[in-house]
Order: sequence, then structure tokens, then C-alpha cells
Amino acid sequence: MTTTALKEPVRDTSPGAAREPRRRTGWIRRVSLPYLLLLPALFFELLVHLVPMVIGVVMSFKELTQFYIRDWGTAPWSGLDNYKVSVDFDAPVGKALLHSFGVTVAFTLLSVGLCWLIGTAAAVFMQDTFRGRGLLRALFLVPYALPVYAAVITWVFMFQHDNGLVNHVLHDQLHLTDKPSFWLIGDNSFYALLTVSVWKGWPFAFLIVTAGLQNIPRELYEAAALDGAGMWQQIRRITLPSLRPVNQVLVLVLFLWTFNDFNTPYVLFGKSAPEAADLISVHIYQSSFVTWNFGTGSAMSVLLLLFLLVVTGGYLLVTSRGRRPADV
Amino acid sequence: MRSIRAAAVGAVTLSLALAATACGGGSSSSGSNDSPKTLTYWATNQGASIAVDKKVLQPELDKFEKQTGVKVKLEVVPWSDLLNRILTATTSGQGPDVLNIGNTWSASLQATGALLPWDQKNFAKIGGKDRFVDSALGSTGVPDKDPAAVPLYSMAYALYYNKQIFADAGISKPPATWDELVADGKKIKAKGKSVLGAEGSNLSENIHHVFVLAKQHGADFFTADGKPDFTNPKVVDAVKQYVDLMAKDKVIPTGDAEYAQNQSVSDFAKGKQAMLLWQSAAANLKSQGMSEDAYGVAPVPVRSGTPGTGTQTNSMVAGINIAVFRNTHNLDGAAKFVKFMTSDAEQKILNTAYSSIPPVKTAQQDPAFGAPATAVLKNTLATSAAALPQVPSESQFETAVGTAVKELFADAAAGRAVTTDSVKAKLEKAQQQMPAA
Repeated sequence: MTTTALKEPVRDTSPGAAREPRRRTGWIRRVSLPYLLLLPALFFELLVHLVPMVIGVVMSFKELTQFYIRDWGTAPWSGLDNYKVSVDFDAPVGKALLHSFGVTVAFTLLSVGLCWLIGTAAAVFMQDTFRGRGLLRALFLVPYALPVYAAVITWVFMFQHDNGLVNHVLHDQLHLTDKPSFWLIGDNSFYALLTVSVWKGWPFAFLIVTAGLQNIPRELYEAAALDGAGMWQQIRRITLPSLRPVNQVLVLVLFLWTFNDFNTPYVLFGKSAPEAADLISVHIYQSSFVTWNFGTGSAMSVLLLLFLLVVTGGYLLVTSRGRRPADV
Repeated sequence: MRSIRAAAVGAVTLSLALAATACGGGSSSSGSNDSPKTLTYWATNQGASIAVDKKVLQPELDKFEKQTGVKVKLEVVPWSDLLNRILTATTSGQGPDVLNIGNTWSASLQATGALLPWDQKNFAKIGGKDRFVDSALGSTGVPDKDPAAVPLYSMAYALYYNKQIFADAGISKPPATWDELVADGKKIKAKGKSVLGAEGSNLSENIHHVFVLAKQHGADFFTADGKPDFTNPKVVDAVKQYVDLMAKDKVIPTGDAEYAQNQSVSDFAKGKQAMLLWQSAAANLKSQGMSEDAYGVAPVPVRSGTPGTGTQTNSMVAGINIAVFRNTHNLDGAAKFVKFMTSDAEQKILNTAYSSIPPVKTAQQDPAFGAPATAVLKNTLATSAAALPQVPSESQFETAVGTAVKELFADAAAGRAVTTDSVKAKLEKAQQQMPAA
């Protein structure tokens, strides 16, 4: 490109007649070339991201049941029916969706809160150098590095009623319960799910906060120490405010991942999750794949997408507005 | 300059080519003979593991290749994935040529139109409909339509009991009624063994048992015109009776409420548990190291009297059907392959390997299927087995009601009361989840 630009003045002096069209083609070529080179990327972006999303939205307006899946084109348009069914909270489908939504919100708030708390605490403790710090850091990251399936299936074995490690410790050794509890069915399944989710999620918070801590100048702490600030005050006045931009992204990412998490509940509970741990991603999966009603499943997905967009937008708006005065 | 232009041209061409091929998918054309030399076959997991299945099937596929020159690419699909794989293949139009399906899915898959209908012309290619036993044909699709699949292996439920535990508890013969089973259970528990195994979190297993119990109570989950009727008082009683085996009669251990990976079969094979209600379990038990002399096989109990039809039903017609995918690229080869798999010789080999019963009349006569254990299964299929409802919404029924029973087991395991009302409430919820067709 640079060579073309350099040649330009020379070309300008060439004699009249042929000058105009040649200049134009050169211009077109120059301007269009980058776009042509971008075309494959654009194409793949459309293919991988936008097309499936648009198809998903289109599906949500169709009555796409087992009778039509072989030839989608023949599936009748159903207007807003799929949406009406999904948000009619007096009818069973809507009620179940609302319940699942409530469970997911509670689960996400608890899981993100605990992940952040544990991750930040661990990162702060690991801030000062001491013997074995590298080893501990590596150890902390293990749950994050393990393949999800292998990690969660191990938890399934541990949570088993008859021979599971959890009941062995809680019941047989510590005698905390008067009989072995069920963790994978019934009400306790919520806590089982939360435990696995936090176990799997906090190392990420730890990793990001650790990285964020590297950017806080040591002088700040030294100055604070000279002024007589204790450890707790240093954390409150220096560490946390400095981590603010990091936390803003971290909490958002954790929220989106946890809210949409499919692998953990699916591996823990299989196709039909217990009511107490009926997360929305598995619920939608069940509403489409297991009951073969892809239209309703898509409508629920679109609703979920809208909800997450609103939450994300609102979150970014509130957090960045709050930040501006602090930055000045 | 020139190389940049070449790169740009290349990029545009690539994009166009990709766009063209991407739009080529999802055709809904029906079968052709474009590739007459190969077939793709999805087999169900019948043996103890997928490796075992490959070992059983590959020599037979080689035989088929020798006879016809058609190479069969085998893939054994685990049960947990099979229905999803079939649905995906149906949606995209890209699938296997021949596949095995659980026979209870026949009507549901028939409704999608993904499978080649077996009309008279197609049946003629494999030797006619008359070669198959009626009970097996009853699970190949809705009654008034051409079958969506052809029976391949037949299975039935039986009561497997541990001879040693029975002898120790002083029980001389296996229970023939549920009352006897509960009474025997007390003697077995006195000896410190658990009584009966169940897979409380396995939706299909739950369905198979409550379906049979509903029959024994004289009720069906669907009305004659195919509408769900889950809250019928007799259905409620039947479901309650099954869950009460854990909640009230205490013959099923509470731990079984979370079983879904055949742990109850292991418990039985290890000699921890006296009885197991299972379909064609012999091969499975053998692979877990239980000798054939260690257990006996008896018909599944009924409420009173002896097994028969109607309220004396004591098993579902379990089994595997073989189907041809409608979008196949080798229609003739697929028909030949189905003919090969349902031939007398192959039926004998495969059903022996999987301890199932051939649904082909002539193969069933073979003395290989006359041993006492197999005789119980054969007899059950012939006289006292009923097909699960052949309605398009069958697979949704399995999920909805199977989940209801799973939740009831969870209640029973947690020590909560299982009452007629609580059972009815769960079934009502299940019924509301059914598609309004």
C-alpha cells in the first residue's frame, strides 16, 4: 500500500487522455482492497454468529414440533404463540419457566458472590511473596484448568448417597446429619450445584484479581502504612478502589457464564434436573430437545437473550456512570 | 501489487464458494442410490459396552460385504446420545443410511417423517411382514400407518432372583404376586440383604414399570383416541403402587432413588440385593461376573393369579427396531442390509450374543432360545407383554411421566409422605406439559 501512495505524484504528471479512467480504477482498487480482504472474516462472522442467531429468532415464531423438523419450511407460522405460552405464568409451561428463572437468579447471585469473595480473598493473601506461593497459586488454578466433564463427574461420585465421600464425611465421620442425605435429587441438589459451581468458578476470579493486583503501585501501600493504616484499611482504601475496573468486567463475565451454565447442571443431574436446581439453560434444553418443541425452546432462548442484554446494558451504564467522578 | 490482487481475488472466490456450499445443506429429498457401495449404520448399545458391540457386529458386517460388495461403516451410539443424534440427523437431512431405534420411539419418529415407511413393497424386499411375530410388529408405529421400522431384537422384563439369598431366607420359590414379593422382602431384610433394585432416576425404566402396573390396574396412560389420561384414578393408584415399593413396603432401598446408570444391576450381580426386575439381563450379568447358576429367572409378579393379557400383563414389549433413514443415498443397499440383519442366520447369531429373543418367527423356533431363562422371556413376549402406547407424543410422555416418578421417588427417599394426592398432583403437572395435539 505504501508503494502505491508514493507513486501517486509521479502518475499525476502523465499526459492527459488516459489519465482520468486510470486514476479512477486505481482509486477504486485502493479503497476496495481492504474491504475485499475483510470479506472472508465478515462471511465467517455472519455464518458463525449472526445467521444462527437470526435462525433462532425466526424459529421462535414457528410451530416447530416433531411433525415439521424434517422440513422446516413447512412449519406453520405461529405468530407470538410461543412467547405467549412462555410468559403465561398461570399455565404450567410459563409457571415452570418462571420457577426456573427464580432458581437461576438465586443461584447466580450466590455463586458469583462467593466466587468473587473467595477469589479476591485468595488473591490478596497471595499478594506478598512467601515460600511456596507459586505452588499454591498453581494448585488454586487446578479446578479451572480441569475439563468440565471430568471434574463434575467426580463430584457426582462424591455426592452419591450410598458410597459418596460427602456423606461419608458429613454423616459417618462428623455425625452432622442423623441419616445420609441425598445430594443429587430433592432439595439439597441446589447446594450441590452451588458447591460445584463455586469450586469451578472461583479460580477464574482469583486469576483475574491477581493480575489486577500487579498494577497497584507498592508505594501506595508503603505510604498508607506510614500513615498508620492497618491491613483492613489498606484493603478498603487502596486495593478495592484500584481493582474497580477489573472487578467491573470480572463480575459481568462471571454473571453471564454462571447464568448460562449448561455443562455443570447437565453432567450433575442429566436430562431432567430436580426442581430445586432447575437452571434455565437446562430447562430450555428440556423444553426443546426432550419434548421436541423447538419453537417454544427458541422463544424462551430469545427471552433469555433479551433479559441478559437488559441486565448487561444496565450494569454497564450504572457502573461506568459511577466511575466517572472517581476518575476525574 | 499483483500478489495483493491475487489475494483479493482468492478471498472473494473462497467466500463465494463457501456461501454456495453452506446453502447446499438441509435438503429434504427422499432416498436415492447415489452411493451404492457404502452404507452407514448406527447401532444401539446392546452389549455390556460399545467395544463389545463392535466385536459382535463387525464380523457380521464383513460377511455382508462379502455377499453384496457393500461396505458398512459401523457406529455404535450410546443410549444417552441416540435420540438427540437422530433428531439432529432429521433436522439436517444428513444422517446414517440404516439405524437402530428403541422400539418405543417408533411412533414419535414416524411422525417426523425421517424414516422410510415399510409398505408392502418394501416389506416384500425383506421377505414379507409375516416373517415377524405380531407382538413385535405392534411396536413399530401408530396402528393405522405403514410401520416406520422393522423389529430386530425383542426383549421382555423378568424377575431375576439370587438363589443363595432366597435359600438363606428360607424362600422356596420366587414370588408370583406383589403381595408375595413384599412378604418375601421381610424375610430377606431379616438376613441383612436389600430386597429389590430399581433405577429411580432413569426416566425410561420408571415408565416401563408404571406402564405395566397401570395395565395391571386396568388402565392406560392414553385414551383410545390418543389423548393423555394421566390423572385417571387407576393410573394414580398404579404409580403410587410402584413408588410405595420404596415409600411404604420398603422393599426398594431409598438409595436407589438416585440410580440411573444401572447401579441396581451391579448391586444384584455383586450379591448385595435379592431381586431385580430387568429386561433380558443375562448378558449384562455375565459381563459383571455373575455366574448363570447363581440366579433364577421368573415372570414379573402380577396383582393376583398368573400372567396373561389385560390386567395380567407383566411386561412391556421391549426391543430394538431397525429403520432406514429416508434421505439415504443407498436405498437398495439399505433394504439388502435390513434383509441380511433379519435373516434367520443373523437373527440367531445376534440375539444369542445379546441374550434377546428373535422377533422373526422361524429364528425363534431354534433350540438355542429354548433354555429355561430364555423360555421365560419368550413366553412373556408371547402371552403377557403389551406394547407401550403407539402415539406420536410417546417420547414426551416418557420424559414427563418418567420425571414425575423420579420426583416421587426423591420424596420417598427424603422420608416425605407419598399420598394419592401428591401422586395425582405430579401426574397432573406431567399431563399439562404434554403437547396439546
